[in-house]
Amino acid sequence: MAEAVLELEGLRKAYGVGTSAEIEVLHGIDLTLGKGEFCALMGPSGSGKSTLLNLIGLLDRPNAGRLSVDGRETSKLNDRALTALRGHHIGFVFQYHHLLPAFTALENVMMPMLLDRGRPNAAMRRRAASLLESMGLAQWRDHLATNMSGGQQQRVAVARALAMNPSLVLADEPTGNLDTKSAQTVFDLMREVNRNQRTTVLIVTHNHALAAQCDRIVELVDGQIVNDRRVRPQQAAA
Amino acid sequence: MHSWLPFEWIAAGRFLREGRMQTASIILGVSIGVSVIVFMSAALTAQQQNIIHRVLSAQPHIVLLPPKEVARALRGGPGAEAALVQKPFQRVRSIDQWQRILREVERMPAVTAASPSASGSVLAVRGEATRSVSVLGIDPDRYFRIVPVPEKIVSGQARLGSEDIVVGIELAADLGARVGDKLRIVAASGRGATLSIAGIVDLGSKGANQRTTYVALHTAQALLGLIGGASSIDVTVQDIFAAEDVARVIAGANGVEADSWIRTNEQFFIAISAQTIANTTIRFFVALAIAFGIAAVLIVSVVQKSREIGILRAMGATRGQILRVFLLQGAALGLAGSLLGSAFGAAAILAWDRYFLAADGTPLLPIDLQGSLFIAAALLATLTGLASALMPALRGARLDPVTAIRG
Repeated sequence: MAEAVLELEGLRKAYGVGTSAEIEVLHGIDLTLGKGEFCALMGPSGSGKSTLLNLIGLLDRPNAGRLSVDGRETSKLNDRALTALRGHHIGFVFQYHHLLPAFTALENVMMPMLLDRGRPNAAMRRRAASLLESMGLAQWRDHLATNMSGGQQQRVAVARALAMNPSLVLADEPTGNLDTKSAQTVFDLMREVNRNQRTTVLIVTHNHALAAQCDRIVELVDGQIVNDRRVRPQQAAA
Repeated sequence: MHSWLPFEWIAAGRFLREGRMQTASIILGVSIGVSVIVFMSAALTAQQQNIIHRVLSAQPHIVLLPPKEVARALRGGPGAEAALVQKPFQRVRSIDQWQRILREVERMPAVTAASPSASGSVLAVRGEATRSVSVLGIDPDRYFRIVPVPEKIVSGQARLGSEDIVVGIELAADLGARVGDKLRIVAASGRGATLSIAGIVDLGSKGANQRTTYVALHTAQALLGLIGGASSIDVTVQDIFAAEDVARVIAGANGVEADSWIRTNEQFFIAISAQTIANTTIRFFVALAIAFGIAAVLIVSVVQKSREIGILRAMGATRGQILRVFLLQGAALGLAGSLLGSAFGAAAILAWDRYFLAADGTPLLPIDLQGSLFIAAALLATLTGLASALMPALRGARLDPVTAIRG
C-alpha cells in the first residue's frame, strides 16, 4: 500500500460522557487511507459517518484511539496546532457548499491561503484563478456565490478545498444537493484532481452509482466498519 | 480585496457591508449618541466657563491674609487662670514678610499671577454725600493680570497715580461724580486724602460697584497706616479647580491664611461640581447605550454568521483571527458612528451659535468647536465599540466549528 495519509486506530467517540445520556457513536474505528486513494464512505443515516468525518477533519476530538494525518499523531495537539494541520493538510467540501456569500468565487477559493498567510497576494490570486479555470468557472471568478447555480457553487467549493494543495480532501455528501448531471460533473472533477495530483479523497455518499466509481468503499453501520472493499485498483497518477 | 489589508480587516469590512441595513442603523444610533455627547459637553462647558468667567474675572482665585489674631488664655500665672477669653477684633495688619511670600508664590508653577494689596474700609465724601466704601490699594501692573480692570472701565481710564482713584459705577452715581471730579477719602483713623476720579468701572455686580474703589498701593498704605505693608496678596492659578489645594500649600509653607474662591464661594462651587457630575453621568449612560447597541448588533451578527465562522475555522482560521474580525467590526462601528456624530454635533453647535441669539444679536451662549472634544468623542466611541464587541467576539471565537457548520 502507498504511504498512509490517514491512519485511524481504535477511534471512539461518545457524547454526553459521564452523564446518564452517554451514547457512543463510534466504537473503535480502524482505517488507513493511502496516498492517492479515492474512497467512498457509505452507511445509513445515524451510522456515524459525519461524526467520523468531523474527527478525521480535526474539527472534533475522539474520546479514545489514535488519529494520524500525514504521519502526524493528533491526540496531543492543541487547538492552534490542530487548526494549522487542518489548514495545511485537509480540504473540505460540504454538502451545502458553504461558500462565504460576502466574497466572490475567486476570493472564496483564495480564503484558505489568505487565512494561512494573513494578507492576499498575486500568487494566491493566480492559484485561485487557475483552480477556478480547471473547474470550468474562469468566467465566474468575480461573481458572488449567491449569483451562481448549485452545481457551480459546489465546483467553487471543490476548488477552495484544493487551494492549499492538501494531501486529504474530505467531502461530506458533496453531490447530495445536485441534479444527476451536476453531481457527475463535481464527482468527475474530484476524481480528476485525485488522479492528477494523487490527492487522497474520502467522500461520504449515498449515491451507489458514484460510489461504484471510487477505488474503495467503506461501509459504516452503527458506528462500526462492517465492510471495507476495494472496487478497483488504485489508479496511478496521470 | 486590497493586497495591503490583512484577512481580519477584509472579513470585518465584508461582513459589515453584507448587513448594510444593520450596519447603517447602528452607525446612525452611535452617531446620534455621539452628537448628544459632543453638543451637550460643548454647551455645558461653555455655560460653565461663562459663569466661572463672570464670577472669577472680578476676583482673585486665592487671597492670602495675615493669620487671624487670637487671644490666648493666661496660664502659669500666680495661681490664676482666666475663665473667660474674649475674641480680639481683627485689625488691618500687614502680612509679615509679604515681599518674600510674594516672590515664592510667583515662582509656583500652578500660579499665573500674584499681586499685593492694601485694603480697608474708608468713607468717600463728595460735598454732602458720604458713602462707606472699600478702598483697594493695588500695584496696577500686577493686579490687572488678576482682575482685568481696564477691560471693565466704562468711563475714563484705569490710571492709578498717587492722587488717582477708580470707583465703581454705582458709587459714582450715588455720589454724583464723574471722571475728573475730586473725592475725599477718610479712613477710620482720621487720615484722609483728596483724590481725582481717573476712571469709573463696572465690575458686573451692583454690590461691588457700590463699594469698590481702587487706588495706588502706596496711597492706600498711607491712608490705612500700613506704610510698606500689604494686607493681602491676591493670587490666580492655572487650574481654578485646584485653587483650594494650591491655597493649602501656600498656607502651610508661609504661615498665612489662604482663602480660595472654592471656600469663599462654596455654594457656587457645589453648583459647578454638581453640573459637572450630571454631565459626566449623562455621558456615561449615553456611552452605555452606544455600547449595548453595538453589542446587540454584533451578537446578532455572530448568530447569523455562525456557519461562516465554522467554515472559516474548518479552513484554518484561528480563534484569534475570528476574535479580531468581530473586534474590528465593533471598533469600525464606533469610529464611523463617532465621525458622523461629531459632524452632527458640530452642525448643532454652529446652528446654536447662529440662531440662538441674545437681544443684542450676539450668541446667547457662545459655544466653541473644540477639536479635543471631537477627538475625545471619537476615541470614546471607538473604544466603546471595541469593548462592546469583546463579548460577541469571544462567543464567535469559541464557537465549536462542527456545531457552527451544522447550523
